[in-house]
Amino acid sequence: MSDYLEPRYDEVNRDVLQTMQTSPAYWRALGLSFAIALILFVGPWVYMMNVGIGVSGNNRSAVWSTYLSNFIFWIGLSHSGTLLSAVLHITKSEWRKAIYRSAEAMTLFSLVTAALFIMVHVGRIWFVHWTVPIPNQMEMWPNFRSPLMFDVMAIATYLTGSSIFIYMGSLPDFAAVRDASTGLRRRIYAIMCFGWRGTEKQWHTLHWAYTFFAVFIIPLAVSVHSIVSWDFALSVVPGMHQTIFAPYFVTGAIYSGTAGIVSVMYLLRKYMHLERYIRTIHVVNLGKLLILLSLLWTYINILEIFTGWYSGSSFEYEQIKYKLFGFYAPAYWEMITFCAGVPLLIFFKRVRESWNIMFAISILVNIGMFTERFLIVATTQPRKFLPDAFGFYSPSLVEVSIAVGSFAVFTTLFLVFVKVVPCVSIYEVKETLKPLRRAA
Amino acid sequence: MGKLRDMLRKYSKPGYYDKYDYHWGMTIDLDRCTGCEACVVACQAENNLPIVGEKLIAQGKEIKWLRIERYWHGEYPNIKLTFLPMLCQQCDKAPCEIACPVSATYHNQDGLNTQVYNRCIGTRTCAVYCPYDVRYFNWFDYQWDEPLEQQLNPDVTVRERGVMEKCTFCIQRIRQAKDTAKDEGRRRLRDGDVTPACVQSCPTGAMVFGDMNDSNSRVSKMAANSRGYKVLKELNTDPSIVYLSKVESDV
Repeated sequence: MSDYLEPRYDEVNRDVLQTMQTSPAYWRALGLSFAIALILFVGPWVYMMNVGIGVSGNNRSAVWSTYLSNFIFWIGLSHSGTLLSAVLHITKSEWRKAIYRSAEAMTLFSLVTAALFIMVHVGRIWFVHWTVPIPNQMEMWPNFRSPLMFDVMAIATYLTGSSIFIYMGSLPDFAAVRDASTGLRRRIYAIMCFGWRGTEKQWHTLHWAYTFFAVFIIPLAVSVHSIVSWDFALSVVPGMHQTIFAPYFVTGAIYSGTAGIVSVMYLLRKYMHLERYIRTIHVVNLGKLLILLSLLWTYINILEIFTGWYSGSSFEYEQIKYKLFGFYAPAYWEMITFCAGVPLLIFFKRVRESWNIMFAISILVNIGMFTERFLIVATTQPRKFLPDAFGFYSPSLVEVSIAVGSFAVFTTLFLVFVKVVPCVSIYEVKETLKPLRRAA
Repeated sequence: MGKLRDMLRKYSKPGYYDKYDYHWGMTIDLDRCTGCEACVVACQAENNLPIVGEKLIAQGKEIKWLRIERYWHGEYPNIKLTFLPMLCQQCDKAPCEIACPVSATYHNQDGLNTQVYNRCIGTRTCAVYCPYDVRYFNWFDYQWDEPLEQQLNPDVTVRERGVMEKCTFCIQRIRQAKDTAKDEGRRRLRDGDVTPACVQSCPTGAMVFGDMNDSNSRVSKMAANSRGYKVLKELNTDPSIVYLSKVESDV
């Protein structure tokens, strides 16, 4: 860190705004991910809409499929961005400032991807608006006892809240883009920044509003994943019907979200040349957070098995036995290795200060967390109570394709984002600079 | 305040949860069940159940509102087989009813757990929440080969792809019987006025159907039998179907 030279004000503007310039390599990357999203996500989805949900690996007892595990995965990934940013904002952590913008963008686009999976999941997508309480001529109203109904509400609120949060935080940066550009682009950003001029009053209002939203977002982020967990926990199905599910899901979500942030930071740093802004201190701090979450996650996992055993119910025993030693046992132990074992390496200083190793760990954690979500769907609901009705679930080609394609959907959205919004907060990075370097 | 409290009570516990016009119920005597599956076929014919074909059955995508579960006891050669006809239990406290975000499944005045096909958007949550696995999903649009489409029951909807379905206790027959009773000037149905297809077709008479609210009905008397039990009673779903356990003869 000794060779680190703090940038000057004008350098901050220049360095961050240069990331918004497009290059042929960028267009190729965007075109590729858009094409993959079309072929692997949209294509199979349209096919499934026309033929029926049966093209997925579902059957009579396994009526839920990987669409829902993908949904939880993406919601989980969305969890750290805005939450972390908000928590760090109100605790006044300086190191947040360089990374929060892209972390929040990750939240937003993961949420959009997750919402897409609800659409993919339902049998009759053309009636999906019935889940929203819109007054209608049929005088029909959604069922407010349903956890899915809570889900629609929670996700809509979270999506609205986090998009306003990210937009509001970007206002001064839109103004910076406006000042640095000409022509049509200048006019568009002039509208986008709501005529930001940087007066004392505007700064004051922005800070007040921003802190208000930060406080507003935190309970929201916790409630969203609790509610997603109730989709499962409010059933009577052994292995799902557990009070631990809400904290389990929230911890898992923040865990995978933090790992996701490490991955995205690594890529942004490497391919957008932001080494001076996204620094080792960021990966070290995120690493410490990761290890805390990893231990918490391990604890809850042990607790989940303990509660099942302590219940004394033979159905729960059977469920635990199947999960630990059944067909999907290799996946289960893979998850334990990646999410409970590997992150322990972060205890070593050498590991947490190395971007490459941390990137590898973050990817492994998210593979583990993806497996966890898959197991929740694949091991519980096909094996409920009556042994004669026990089934087996394995994903079909359409499901695999849509799951892979969803990453391309996310990448496409993110690639568009980094060219529209400065992916590092210009004005807040400047706030962290030492006064000596402020002079141009 | 008193009025408000009344309203709250009314809202939190609608009348039909403890007092039904009718409370349709069934008893199934496992000692009489031979596992012939006549009821399964009758149900398929009465309720326009799709013929999904060999391939989809192998994938476990069949639709059988009523299925005969088989449970083997012991090791060969001392082996015994029990049949358990499993159909929608029409639970009074049904886990599926809270699950549906659009109220496509609800409890009606007859104590039936009803599925509204037109309202269903296919989240399949009800099927996951159902501990008996008796809800079936239309994975595809199904065709009836000629001349089978001629035998479709005009009283029953043909379901489109993407909706959930399940046993209705032949609600179309209940409606028919109520209409007839009204035409004849009777206020209530008599015991035996309604017979679902499965009950009608059972050669050994293992199934009895009727109004549980009427303590003199045949079904109420059968349900009072000491052999009676409810499947997965510990889940507290309060099913409307009472099974009479098999009599062990080789003591």
